[in-house]
Amino acid sequence: MSFPWANEYKPSNPLMRYLDEKLPLPRFVYNAVGAGYPVPRNLNYFWNFGVLAGVALMVQIVTGVVLAMHFAAESTVAFSSVEHIMRDVNAGWFLRYAHANGASMFFIVVYIHIFRGLFYGSYKPPREMVWHLGLVIFLLMMATAFMGYVLPWGQMSFWGAKVITGLFGAIPLVGEPIQTWLLGGFAPDNAALNRFFSLHFLLPFVILGVIILHVWALHIPGSSNPTGVEVKSEQDTVPFHPYYTAKDGVGVAAFFLLFALLVFFGPNFLGEPDNYIPANPLATPANIVPEWYFWPFYAILRAFTVDFLFIPAKLLGVLAMFAAILLLFFLPWLDTSAVRSGHYRPLFRKFFWFGLIPTIAILGYCGGSHATDGIVLVSQFAAAYYFAHFLIILPIISRVETTKPLPTSITEAVLGTAPGATLQPAE
Amino acid sequence: MIRIGAFLVGLFFSGWLLISAAMGAFAFVTSPTAPTAEHEFHKTPKAVEYSFDGPAGKFDRAQLQRGLQIFREVCSACHSLKYVSFRDFKALGYNDGQVKTIAQTWPTETPSINPETGEAATRKPTPADKVPSPYPNEVAARAANNNALPPDLSLMAKARHGGPAYIYSLLTGYQAPPAELKEKFPASMPGKTTHYNPYFANLNLAMPAPLTTEGQVTYGEGAPKPTVDQMAKDVSAFLTWTAEPKLENRKRAGTAAVIFLLIFLGLCVGAYKNVWADKKAHA
Amino acid sequence: MESMASLTEDSATAGEEQGGVRRRDFINVAAASFAGVGAVSVALPLINQMNPSADVLAEASTEIDLAAIQPGQTIKTIFRKQPLFVRHLTPAEIASAEKVSLGDLRDPQSLEDRTKAGKKQWLITMGVCTHLGCVPLGAGEGEVKGEFGGYFCPCHGSSYDTAARIRKGPAPRNLEVPPYEFTSDTAVKVG
Repeated sequence: MSFPWANEYKPSNPLMRYLDEKLPLPRFVYNAVGAGYPVPRNLNYFWNFGVLAGVALMVQIVTGVVLAMHFAAESTVAFSSVEHIMRDVNAGWFLRYAHANGASMFFIVVYIHIFRGLFYGSYKPPREMVWHLGLVIFLLMMATAFMGYVLPWGQMSFWGAKVITGLFGAIPLVGEPIQTWLLGGFAPDNAALNRFFSLHFLLPFVILGVIILHVWALHIPGSSNPTGVEVKSEQDTVPFHPYYTAKDGVGVAAFFLLFALLVFFGPNFLGEPDNYIPANPLATPANIVPEWYFWPFYAILRAFTVDFLFIPAKLLGVLAMFAAILLLFFLPWLDTSAVRSGHYRPLFRKFFWFGLIPTIAILGYCGGSHATDGIVLVSQFAAAYYFAHFLIILPIISRVETTKPLPTSITEAVLGTAPGATLQPAE
Repeated sequence: MIRIGAFLVGLFFSGWLLISAAMGAFAFVTSPTAPTAEHEFHKTPKAVEYSFDGPAGKFDRAQLQRGLQIFREVCSACHSLKYVSFRDFKALGYNDGQVKTIAQTWPTETPSINPETGEAATRKPTPADKVPSPYPNEVAARAANNNALPPDLSLMAKARHGGPAYIYSLLTGYQAPPAELKEKFPASMPGKTTHYNPYFANLNLAMPAPLTTEGQVTYGEGAPKPTVDQMAKDVSAFLTWTAEPKLENRKRAGTAAVIFLLIFLGLCVGAYKNVWADKKAHA
Repeated sequence: MESMASLTEDSATAGEEQGGVRRRDFINVAAASFAGVGAVSVALPLINQMNPSADVLAEASTEIDLAAIQPGQTIKTIFRKQPLFVRHLTPAEIASAEKVSLGDLRDPQSLEDRTKAGKKQWLITMGVCTHLGCVPLGAGEGEVKGEFGGYFCPCHGSSYDTAARIRKGPAPRNLEVPPYEFTSDTAVKVG
């Protein structure tokens, strides 16, 4: 860790000293999330969501490994093996509902985590690598969630697999061979189910690996904070443990409370009834919709209705959908403002709260609705704003905006005064 | 360079979306999409109250038993219940002996093989068996029902928007097609083998009204009068149980979990305030 | 989360009066304990899911028709996914089993102990060697019955006599007799 005042690991327990000598794992943990990691003292509750995302991943891995002990990845029995879990396996209903709703909780937490980063400029130097690794995790999560949704082999599973792999079919020339290759056939069947199961089991561990890189990259510059001002002295920070472990405790308790309400009192609230109908290749559901966390992107996909010269609308939609995520990788260069935090950026703030957030909410609503003329029209306007926001408005704002004066230090921002905040800037 | 590229990409996507929107709006004004019969005549399920509603709701065992009776005497002629086992009926308040009797007197038998010849045969179901289906396979089911496939009912209460209320509404929703429908959408009138029901997605379904007359099923003593309305309620409650047999366990465990987590949250807030006491004191 | 228990030392103690410290300690310890209790109560279903599921338990009984089994004949059937031997003993086999004195046996049991009253010609045992779980020979036609005329396990050479009692070899116990009852003169329900 980069701060000179970070506590060094000095175990008093002889066993820990022995362990630390042979393998400095205790030291590693101590410096990563223990008393050896100085963290800005002014983090608000939005900074809880990184830890919560880690908790959500662990919930998914534990429940998932256990469900895999009972699930049968074979297209003729997958659906009934899920019903076997729900009816006969001890506590099976609890494990499956926890896993299905755990995915939603994971996305809720990660979306808040991403919006936190967007508002407080966490993607800006020196934390670009943290942001990029985070986006890799997000892409991996989306792939994992999609493949997991296919496994119960219900109607939405089957048609979701067909539609999403069909997106690749939009690529000129190589599209159809790629789609056939992805599915191992001409339509989703046993081959697709088996490979999705294999990858669905693998990817969470890949995510875990990238999370370690994400946290590692974070520890090089240290955590950002709501003012966006760099840490300047020891009094700007507190040790992660006990201060932020205690604060994360509150977050974890609130997380599990919401999780429990979903699992026990509305386990199918976020799901689609059609997925309780076994997959039927001969009948399409009236309204194919993905899970809620894909709705905004699904709305962008459907918003393209007109061919552009030689590019068919279908391909445009696919390109735009991927672009909507990939453009986030370029954020550190699109937003060039030297001020990180949205608190001190009056114009940025207006566009964030009254532009971006409502737009994504509207896209989400449209993506989850039946694609009527009106819905498509609304999603076209919203999608147009989405692209304009990141690719046009944000670069312009960062040039023309007059930012508010920043506090000279974190301590000043917290206490209103700056007692002895005279050390040189951390950069 | 990145910013110029981004600007052009942004201009393209946003611009084309706005043009598409304009073209769509123009098409909408000049040649609006004709409303469909479903759009005008389809109804969302009626509001029904059940004993299992709400966070502390429980199944009414007597109602589930009546629902099972209706399923067995009416529905099971065409519909399967293939994810449910006879042993599960113990949850309806039957003892082992009663479950065995229900299994052995079920209208259809379980497929098996003749131990002497190896030929296909049937035998009386045991409590460990799943409820046997009325038809051996889909082809047979379609052949017997004008090419319509009676769906499995085990999960019906979770497989439709509205759940039990949908089932209740469908069962009590059969009616003569309105005159207006004939005027405006003659193509949506029921055919020879379909029946009008505004609660069904496309308004006409192959199943004729299954519950038609009061007293179609004879309830035991102390039970309410078997009106069509009562029977529809009972069988929809039963199908909620078949779809979600662990509903009571779930709500009970959930109540305990939520109370526990509320206390835990309170303690965590307390611990958080303790830990930060010295830091906040200066503020 | 258990580390919370120790965190008062670092933070809340300085300059606090005794009573305050104790109350604060209590809340921290209580929060950590609740986390522990919560973790255990979630661990229980995670462990319990590996136990046999309801459908496995429900199929744990087998009905057998004895009418077609001739004296001297044994049939193999399945009980709880394991082989079950149903043997119709000949009078000679019964006599040879009753001749043995219990004191000579590793696992002393008489033929009466191992059969139902009045039905001692029906020897119903698991076909699972009590040594390491192989299926002993002697049930199928023409199979080796071992030197005591009962069953012989080819894996490590355990020999069982005509009451399926262990007589020689490494197996510690007689072949297990599962719980069963006669539902009629010629039918048994095992389990």
